[in-house]
Amino acid sequence: MGNVLVYVENSETGVAPIAFELLGAARRLAAGLGGEVEALVAAGATAELAPALGAADVILRMEHPALSPYLPEAHVAALTEAIRSRDPQVVLVGNTSAGIDVAAGAAAATQRPLVAYCTGLAVDGEAVVAHSQVYGGKLVATTRTEGPGVFTVVAGAFPGAEGQSGGKAAEATLAAPATLGSLHTRFIAATAPSGGIDIGRADRLVSVGRGIGGPENLELAQELAAALGAELGASRPVVDSGWLPKARQVGKSGMTVKPKLYVAVGISGAPEHLEGMREAELILAVNSDANAPIFEVAHFGSTCDLFDLLPALTERLQAS
Amino acid sequence: MHIAVVVKQVPDLVEELEVDAAGTGLDRAWVKMKLNEFDDHALEQAVLLKEAGGAQVSVVALDGEGIDQVLYAAVARGADRALKVDAGTQEPLDSRRAATALAGAIRDLGPDLVLTGVQAADDLFGQMAPFLAAELGWPHVSVVSQVEVAGAAVRVQQEYAGGRMATLEVDLPAVIGVQAAPQPPRYVPVSRLRQAMASGALETATAGAGAGTGGAAVTQLAKPEAGRGAEMLTGSPDQVAEKIEALLRERGLLRG
Ligand SMILES: Cc1cc2nc3c(=O)[nH]c(=O)nc-3n(C[C@H](O)[C@H](O)[C@H](O)COP(=O)(O)OP(=O)(O)OC[C@H]3O[C@@H](n4cnc5c(N)ncnc54)[C@H](O)[C@@H]3O)c2cc1C
Ligand SMILES: Nc1ncnc2c1ncn2[C@@H]1O[C@H](COP(=O)(O)O)[C@@H](O)[C@H]1O
Repeated sequence: MGNVLVYVENSETGVAPIAFELLGAARRLAAGLGGEVEALVAAGATAELAPALGAADVILRMEHPALSPYLPEAHVAALTEAIRSRDPQVVLVGNTSAGIDVAAGAAAATQRPLVAYCTGLAVDGEAVVAHSQVYGGKLVATTRTEGPGVFTVVAGAFPGAEGQSGGKAAEATLAAPATLGSLHTRFIAATAPSGGIDIGRADRLVSVGRGIGGPENLELAQELAAALGAELGASRPVVDSGWLPKARQVGKSGMTVKPKLYVAVGISGAPEHLEGMREAELILAVNSDANAPIFEVAHFGSTCDLFDLLPALTERLQAS
Repeated sequence: MHIAVVVKQVPDLVEELEVDAAGTGLDRAWVKMKLNEFDDHALEQAVLLKEAGGAQVSVVALDGEGIDQVLYAAVARGADRALKVDAGTQEPLDSRRAATALAGAIRDLGPDLVLTGVQAADDLFGQMAPFLAAELGWPHVSVVSQVEVAGAAVRVQQEYAGGRMATLEVDLPAVIGVQAAPQPPRYVPVSRLRQAMASGALETATAGAGAGTGGAAVTQLAKPEAGRGAEMLTGSPDQVAEKIEALLRERGLLRG
């Protein structure tokens, strides 16, 4: 009988939204495997976190001061300990910043295979069949894992609602591993998002990606944004190149936005970008590559060269 | 301070990607390969640390087609040594096997700090940096956008969702998965590259290919099933602009 263990990511703001998506996915997998859903919540204090995890059958609470705030080394040790003592068939971890550290570290320590970037998970006989987004979302890999395995799941791939429901789960305490007393990583400080513009509040966004070519071309997007009454957003490379400030970054390591209108210009639509904007009400994408993954989530698209389309569109909107 | 930067090439995602006849791998005959952009940032971060406080920088890669050029380019960018690790195959290894193959060579090299890109477009079986750290028994932090030396440790910035960040201190030796350097990777003039190639002796090391972890197997690699998909607006830029204007008007999304 195979159980499913969910690693519950959390911070001082509570249980991370991805944890509910994982719990929902775990319920279906557990049904297929004839097992139970166990949720590992590892933190300095777990009493306030546990009540949210009613979708699990069993909540495994592990407490130690080194577990909050988040330290990769501590959480790798915690998940490793839980896998060793509970021996689940399936371990689900979010494909988040923390998940990258924790899933791979624990998979290595327990000698289990890891399948990353999962957007679909199903049981087939005794095995788990997963769909993963690879090559920036341009291809999908299907894998079959026969024995125990660790799976990292892309945020937004499963609905959170199923994982939020549920009654009262049984609770068990897991002893924290002794290694938490002798870590080689220390927490120094946390930084909140820097002030200024909050693009999460804008109801229209024009976001530019690497396709814009260079800072000298940003004006094209700025003019379009002005004509639409929109704010300017950006993909990560545009921010990393210093063309626009970090506060304008949309995606996994930037802001999550849900505007009425999202115009993506020269953005390929990597999973890390989509995570931040796929819930926008109307998505319009301009990308000269007809195979760009952005067209999977966009409602309307054009393969026109942005350097031709943007001026034409701006002019038209200004005139109307 | 001795910093090892581990690099590899990945398919250029701007190009068309084709699946091989078996339907489980990439058709590598035509793919254009390029340095993983996150490795490019890892290299930049290493060179910045060298400039800030002095360091020896070694660039390390598994042998494979076109890797010499990548290593010479890294030397031209400021790496002091380049090490090519022969895992007995020219085929790309998955991240788990690569970590095992690289661990021995890195242990022999004996760096204080290993920097690699946080992820690669093809690391279906997990990110290499945490696997490498596990092999070496060293602490690890991924998704890092800044590294500073602090005595016998490094201070790193780890990024989370919603623009949150934390500064963590990690004792050396350590492995860091770099998301972005504090400044964009610099360009090297071709003359520097030629110099590196002329002077450049690449060192080599051998490694037993790692056993990896069996259990998960790729059964299919394919283009995403056409899901909802965008309705494509066709025509000249002017015609497309007109269609966009019309649909924004319809939805009450025009300004004012
Ligand atoms: C842990 C982690 C977190 C990340 N977080 C984020 C995040 O928060 N946000 C984010 O955006 N990314 C994030 N990324 C990076 C992400 O993986 C991609 O690298 C990034 O989104 C790509 O940005 P892009 O689409 O602008 O660039 P590219 O992928 O290079 O795409 C550029 C696109 O422009 C098109 N184009 C080029 N010229 C033209 C033209 N003249 N006209 C029209 N189209 C053109 C091309 O066809 C191409 O599709 C993260 C990565 C990691 C590993
Ligand atoms: N086969 C490899 N050879 C050299 N470096 C690698 C290899 N695999 C992964 N790396 C390093 O780890 C980074 C992240 O890759 P990945 O293994 O795909 O997560 C790469 O960009 C390299 O820096």
